[in-house]
Amino acid sequence: MRELSGIYIIWLRDVKKFLRDRPRIIGSVAQPALFLFVLGTGLASSFQVFGSNGGKDFLYFMYPGIIAMTVLFTSFFSAMSIIWDREFGFLKEVLISPISRVSIVLGKNFGGSTIAIVQGSIILLFAPVLKVPITFLSVIKLLPVMFITAMAISSLGIALASRLKTMQGFQALTNFFLMPMFFLSGALFPLNNAPQWMIFMARINPLSFGVDAMRYVLTGDRTLQLFPFYVDIIVIVGIIIAMTLTGIFLFRKQE
Amino acid sequence: MESREKTNNNILEVKSLTRKFNGLTAVDGVSFNIREGEVFGFLGPNGAGKTTTINMICTLIKPTSGNAKLYGFDIVKERRRVRNCIGLVFQDPSLDDKLTAMENLYFHSRLYNVPRETINKRCGEVLKMVDLYDRRNDLVRNYSGGMKRRLEIARGLIHYPKLLFLDEPTIGLDPQTRNKIWDYIVQLKSKQKITIFLTTHYLEESEICDRIAIIDRGKIIALDTPSNLKKMAGSDSITVSSDNNRALIDFLKDNFNINIEYDEGNEIKFEVKDSSSFIPGFIKNCPVRILSISARHSTLNDVFLNLTGKDLRDSDASKRDRLRSGMRMRGRLRG
Ligand SMILES: Nc1ncnc2c1ncn2[C@@H]1O[C@H](COP(=O)(O)OP(=O)(O)OP(=O)(O)O)[C@@H](O)[C@H]1O
Ligand SMILES: [Mg+2]
Repeated sequence: MRELSGIYIIWLRDVKKFLRDRPRIIGSVAQPALFLFVLGTGLASSFQVFGSNGGKDFLYFMYPGIIAMTVLFTSFFSAMSIIWDREFGFLKEVLISPISRVSIVLGKNFGGSTIAIVQGSIILLFAPVLKVPITFLSVIKLLPVMFITAMAISSLGIALASRLKTMQGFQALTNFFLMPMFFLSGALFPLNNAPQWMIFMARINPLSFGVDAMRYVLTGDRTLQLFPFYVDIIVIVGIIIAMTLTGIFLFRKQE
Repeated sequence: MESREKTNNNILEVKSLTRKFNGLTAVDGVSFNIREGEVFGFLGPNGAGKTTTINMICTLIKPTSGNAKLYGFDIVKERRRVRNCIGLVFQDPSLDDKLTAMENLYFHSRLYNVPRETINKRCGEVLKMVDLYDRRNDLVRNYSGGMKRRLEIARGLIHYPKLLFLDEPTIGLDPQTRNKIWDYIVQLKSKQKITIFLTTHYLEESEICDRIAIIDRGKIIALDTPSNLKKMAGSDSITVSSDNNRALIDFLKDNFNINIEYDEGNEIKFEVKDSSSFIPGFIKNCPVRILSISARHSTLNDVFLNLTGKDLRDSDASKRDRLRSGMRMRGRLRG
């Protein structure tokens, strides 16, 4: 009971702060919109590689990737708010409370994942404008996939943030870890014709599985897949378990 | 709340607690006990190891060696139970300033599993106590430094801790706010019967403590009640000037056995055990006309000076303090 109360309040704080942060909400819609409408539309018109009506295919390919991007970045950055909390001293307030480290990690994880699903779902509203065909059923299937992907990335982010002491460390992590992972995840461009090393990188990249799974449930198109759907789900759940345990371990191991 | 054994009225027993940071010994074999209901003070200059000691007792960092027991609970092995009994007001800011005061308190209450139906009542109580009730729905970022500090103290009390730690509760505040906070603390002690462990390097403040440990370079160098400590420093100093200092010196020598070398200055300084009983007799029998007389009671600073040969209020420390309080306001300093 006490632990649930703790998980709930840590979750609530993140969600409340998100809803209160207008610039963040606007940014979270504006950035994917920019990617889709400018980059996506632009690339679609010059890409003719996708068969007869290549233009349409490209947005069809990219759209799930952008939803995945939103989920990935949102959940990753939410986890990184731990570094802010440490910097501003608030983390100590949480750490001396009698709540277990398990609940701290889970509360943080649920908070980030909730925000990520909200943001990812906002992108769904662009579909009619972009004339990307999605069905109601695929949206229903997408939500749980978004959620576990967000959980996986959050737990990874939390484990990393538990060790990071400064904002500089976070920036370095974003530039040298998150961005390359994102580019090699298959979110922006198809990896089918990419060089072997790139496909290899994509296959060991934790982000790829979320992108892959989301694209599959939205398009139902097997030819775009790096892995079978069930492999995606198993790996994602595996990442959640492994990274949550790592995060809890790292939080327990105090100075 | 639960507690294990209670053989005596020590609620905290600290035994040769030590903490090293890569070669630097921040806390060096500190031992002391805190009794139920007392206000216990740690007085020491910057870097003495006050915060590090608190961090160890509050389970934020592990001791390198030594141990402490709070209500019989081991601070390393039974962290959860220890955390349950304590409230801590950190030296550095620890509020979420994007939440309102009420939300900060609510968050805390839920973490400490305060019963849902009493949360509002308790938040109201503590907010009224620190005079922030009217501002309870303001974002904390719009609070002044003193208001934030008061809110932190309020927050530390919500879950009715048995032992409240206050790490430099008045650092960086103006004298008026400082007094107010000290009033709250005195009130807490008398009305709520909370045991308080506080640290400070303001001498005046440490006088409200029942007992004080003077700490320097990680070691406790004295531990007693403020008045006993001052007795340790020995004497009060008296400064007199008269129309005939030579005669005055002879008078002091003959009557009080005080030996002073004569020099050309027009003031004479000497020390006595207790100035308040000395002065009336001295003035009554003095053969020369006294132009001025002043007495200075020994202070804890004298105790510190005696024990370490350093001044507690060295300018270096106060400069750092000022710098620190400036940073505190910006809320960026980490402990
Ligand atoms: N995390 C840390 N890493 C390295 N050294 C540390 C750490 N924390 C404290 N120290 C060192 O330990 C010593 C004691 O620091 P501490 O913060 O306990 O002093 P303090 O008595 O609280 O001083 P102040 O009055 O300035 O708050 C200092 O020399 C400090 O530099
Ligand atoms: Mg300190």
